[in-house]
Amino acid sequence: MKAPVSWIREYVDLPAEVTTEALTDKLTLLGLKLEAIESPGAAITGPLVVGRVLTQDKEPQKNGKTINWCTVDVGDANGTGEPQGIVCGAHNFGPGDLVCVVLPGGVLPGGFAISARKTYGHVSAGMICSAAELGLPEDAFGGAGGIIVLPADTALQPGSDVRPLLGLDEEIIEFEVNPDRAYGLSLRGIARDAALGFSAPFSDPCDRVLPAADDAGHPVVVEDEAGCPVFVARTVAGFDPTAETPDWMASRLTAAGMRPISLAVDVTNYVMLETGRPIHGYDAEKVAGALRVRRATVGEKLTTLDGTARVLSEQDLVIADDSGPIGLAGVMGGETTEMSASTTRVLVESAHWEPVSMFRTGKRHKISSEAGKRNERGADPASCEAAADRVVELLCELGGATAEPGVTVVGSVPAPSAITIAADLPQRVAGLPIDTATAVAALEGVGCTVTLVAEVGEDGVPTNRLVAVPPTWRPDVTDPFDLVEEVLRVVGYDQVPSVLPREAAGRGLTRSQRLRRRVGRTLAGAGLSEVVCFPFVGQAAFDKLGLEADDPRRSTVRLANPLSNEEPEYTTTLLPNLLGTAARNVARGAAGAAVFETATVAIPREGAGPAPIYPTHTRPTEAEVEQLFAALPAQPLHLGVVLAGERERAGWWGEGRAADWADAIAVARRLATELGVDLEVVASVRQPWHPGRCAALRVGGRTLGHAGELHPRVVKAFDLPARAAALELDLDALMAAAPERAVPPTLSTYPVAKEDVALVVAEDVPAAQVEAALREGAGELLESIRLFDVYRSEQLGSDRKSLAFALRLRAGDRTLTDDEVKGARDGAVALAAERCGATQR
Amino acid sequence: MSGPNTEYDPVEVTPLQAEEVEAARDAALAAIAGASDLEALKQVRLDHAGDRSPLALANREIGALPPQARKEAGQRVGQARGAVNKALAARTEVLEAEHEERMLIEETVDVTLPTDRVPTGGRHPLTTGAELIADIFVSMGWEIAEGPLIEAEWLNFDALNLGPDHPARTMQDTFWTEPAENHVVLRTQTSPVQARTMLTRKPPIYVACPGRVFRTDEYDATHSPMFHQVEGLVVDEGISMAHLKGTLDHFAARMFGEGIDTRFRPSYFPFTEPSAEVDLRCFVCRGVDSDACRTCRGEGWIEWGGCGVVNPRVLVACGVDPETYTGFAFGMGIDRSLMFRHGITDLRSFFEGDVRFTPAFGTEL
Repeated sequence: MKAPVSWIREYVDLPAEVTTEALTDKLTLLGLKLEAIESPGAAITGPLVVGRVLTQDKEPQKNGKTINWCTVDVGDANGTGEPQGIVCGAHNFGPGDLVCVVLPGGVLPGGFAISARKTYGHVSAGMICSAAELGLPEDAFGGAGGIIVLPADTALQPGSDVRPLLGLDEEIIEFEVNPDRAYGLSLRGIARDAALGFSAPFSDPCDRVLPAADDAGHPVVVEDEAGCPVFVARTVAGFDPTAETPDWMASRLTAAGMRPISLAVDVTNYVMLETGRPIHGYDAEKVAGALRVRRATVGEKLTTLDGTARVLSEQDLVIADDSGPIGLAGVMGGETTEMSASTTRVLVESAHWEPVSMFRTGKRHKISSEAGKRNERGADPASCEAAADRVVELLCELGGATAEPGVTVVGSVPAPSAITIAADLPQRVAGLPIDTATAVAALEGVGCTVTLVAEVGEDGVPTNRLVAVPPTWRPDVTDPFDLVEEVLRVVGYDQVPSVLPREAAGRGLTRSQRLRRRVGRTLAGAGLSEVVCFPFVGQAAFDKLGLEADDPRRSTVRLANPLSNEEPEYTTTLLPNLLGTAARNVARGAAGAAVFETATVAIPREGAGPAPIYPTHTRPTEAEVEQLFAALPAQPLHLGVVLAGERERAGWWGEGRAADWADAIAVARRLATELGVDLEVVASVRQPWHPGRCAALRVGGRTLGHAGELHPRVVKAFDLPARAAALELDLDALMAAAPERAVPPTLSTYPVAKEDVALVVAEDVPAAQVEAALREGAGELLESIRLFDVYRSEQLGSDRKSLAFALRLRAGDRTLTDDEVKGARDGAVALAAERCGATQR
Repeated sequence: MSGPNTEYDPVEVTPLQAEEVEAARDAALAAIAGASDLEALKQVRLDHAGDRSPLALANREIGALPPQARKEAGQRVGQARGAVNKALAARTEVLEAEHEERMLIEETVDVTLPTDRVPTGGRHPLTTGAELIADIFVSMGWEIAEGPLIEAEWLNFDALNLGPDHPARTMQDTFWTEPAENHVVLRTQTSPVQARTMLTRKPPIYVACPGRVFRTDEYDATHSPMFHQVEGLVVDEGISMAHLKGTLDHFAARMFGEGIDTRFRPSYFPFTEPSAEVDLRCFVCRGVDSDACRTCRGEGWIEWGGCGVVNPRVLVACGVDPETYTGFAFGMGIDRSLMFRHGITDLRSFFEGDVRFTPAFGTEL
């Protein structure tokens, strides 16, 4: 909402010394937040005065142009009182016209300094200005792009400052109006808060002597009283459709962000800005019969003022005449009864509409109008008659019309409900001493009628209650706490003291929260950078991953209104966007990207029903709450890792190394170690991994994820460095597998026995299987085992490999004898032979 | 250790000549002094103090002397050998010190060589920022509550006093999941965690909820369809707006520095009443000579978030007795807070995943 300061001051008698800044500070503290202050004239300095053109000589030039050599009476503004000689290239004015003259020393918007200069054989001492040159809209003051010619009846004399007339001395405040403060969408409401803030006298534009309602006015039938509690109709005749909107009104409308259209329309808009009450004007001659307020019937059609043909719903409130709907009530008028250049009789509608209906209709038809904005927030129902009367007054005054007798008023202003609060509620909620008198004064200040009720409770303790009836212009004040806010905003939010609540006995971070930190630190410590990706994907991303058509990961939660039609789904896997991120890093010149992300994915739940909408006047039952939760997709926390390109740098120490399958699996293993989880790595085939270089990551027999090198086609599709590797796992599940309590080993100080064994096995026997057999075969004396070499040779044969393991054997209570060591070693080798066909090399 | 020679010939005994012993000693001392390194000294030791050295042989002769001559000879040889061993030890120490000194010089490396074999990793500032915030509240005895990103419409809106026709719903452009009749949305705020918390536990409630939220904003330098908020909720007996102010002042000081506090301005949120916008005192200019301050753009204050006393309607919908309990709630953007805390000008920096971004935060966050 934009409001010129002079307009605000029309209704509130603020002391002259109150600056615009002081005004906006106060209003901001009262809840009308300053968005910006515009001063259209701020860029103009120096003398800008009214001039009367005395002479105008047209002088053709060699370049084909004709210039005007003018003398202009600028009064004493030039210091001499002599006519000012000015060269002007525009032609839309003549001798006798009043124009705007900027004299030498003046500066126009854009830093355009004016000085006396020689041009076209004359000394031009100043400039006759167009609207655009003054930073005004081109068509302001009937300029139509040319020189501004001021109305002949302008009260200003040549030489006087022209800024006030052009509105260039005006400051315009733009407010951010919260949805609960409908009153802030009117000068009336803004001025009322200003009056409250400065304890200044307020003159309410709706405080008018009104003609009594009668039956002589235009007939109106309200069939839906709930939707339209008050309907006021007035008519004027003899309106001059050629009458122009006066400049003061046009400039105020422009300042408020509305475009002047025609006098009749401008008057309705002006009164809406003034009072907050949207008004509709009909060409009375085009209205057939009584106005009827009713719900539309399904399929009824209406072409609104914006030229759109609309099909109505039975929930839309319309105004109809004998021809059918002629307006979408409170939102937008219809084309058939629109005021035009030939309208002489105007039917003025000023009605109060039920806000929810307005909101729904606006939403349904996607109309955002100034009227709708006020009606859906709730205008003052008591303002209907006054606003209509004000429109009639202005149409008569400015358009030469005559008010017709007959004042139609249907319905009555709904009485706001009284709200009762304990007198100390504001004090308790604010945490600030507010005595009853202060609370009462504050509530009365905002327009409430307050009654103080002293009671003695059952326990004999006297309690004061305040019964407040909110004013009609505050439909948002309905609850006890609304009254608290009203009191507090008058007392001042800045008065609230700063007090820490009591120490809470919290239980610290949850286990999952602690482990997630651990995971992040581990991965960062392994040289990985954490990234944050959007969760949006499209099927094309799954195609790039090479997922089969029936891969469950293709089944997603879809968005009804995605930002991009390319990515309308909520992802089931972190990989697509993580691979894209890695590729972006490489494209930006990084030699490698080691990135990870932890985020939830969404897995649609089979047969999940809709999430119910429950009433809110009571808590849903446990079963109902469960039903809400069950309607949501599963959202497990995943970890995604991509290792692409350089993993170790080349340097003075030697060669660098690109990431490969082993790096991805190493990350998984490191994480498992950090969390104390026994991770089993098993060969697996799964897109988007290389079928020969993919591991399933298993814990307790359950696969939690996969790691390895990406499929070459995937590497190509995402434009990644060769051999790029990735990992994705269900982090929630991995963390859940972490032991609650760690059990550390008993440390033996007896000597360790080291035994190396080299075993030859078939190429396709996994090392992990051999290791497992050795481990089991060695028995409890085995302290650790580690594979330290894989050896292949012609001698062994192409389908054989030799695996060398280092065994460390130790007992907790004695030094092992040679026999014991040999026994353990032999047992290990024997089991490896049995299970894996291993032979000692 | 050889035993005394008992097979001496008593007739042919010649007492060890003093001159010979002294000559052998002098030769040994000269050789020791002349040894230029540990290797040479090793040879000298063999030659002059080894088993076959003249003094060792002389020593062996002593047993063959007639008893009356043994004492004198023993003293003479013993003194000579003592002098040689002493000289050897001293020379060894000197040569070892020299050797060590030389070795340390020879082994000098250029310690300015790069050591960045494995590139540095790092955690995302949005993660560590959220942890910083979590730690501030946990240290006050609060807990950290969480909820799903894909949320029931009722929890995201209705339970928070945002009915289906509430004008405030148009302030938040919501991502709906298909089919929209299922009433499931991407949460537009962390506030549904408030509702979940009140539905699943009893007061007193002291929780902070950092998390990810979504709105249908086009992606540019200051808007993103996905961003992060932290929500705070307290429900207890006797809670007032003053406790809200105290908490936010404490939070501001912990996150932005001692002396940084907040101010309230009236505002509107359906889930709180009274509601306030909370501004943070500019932590760069502290509101003094703000005109040139780029962080607060001359305001002295930075818009930080929204807050208020929990609307009793919300308490009722979530099963908390509004006659017994009051509460307060607040919410602010984590991304935005970090942007002005670190002078980040483009919100997209958080979501580009550029590996040059994260390490810059180091351990500061």
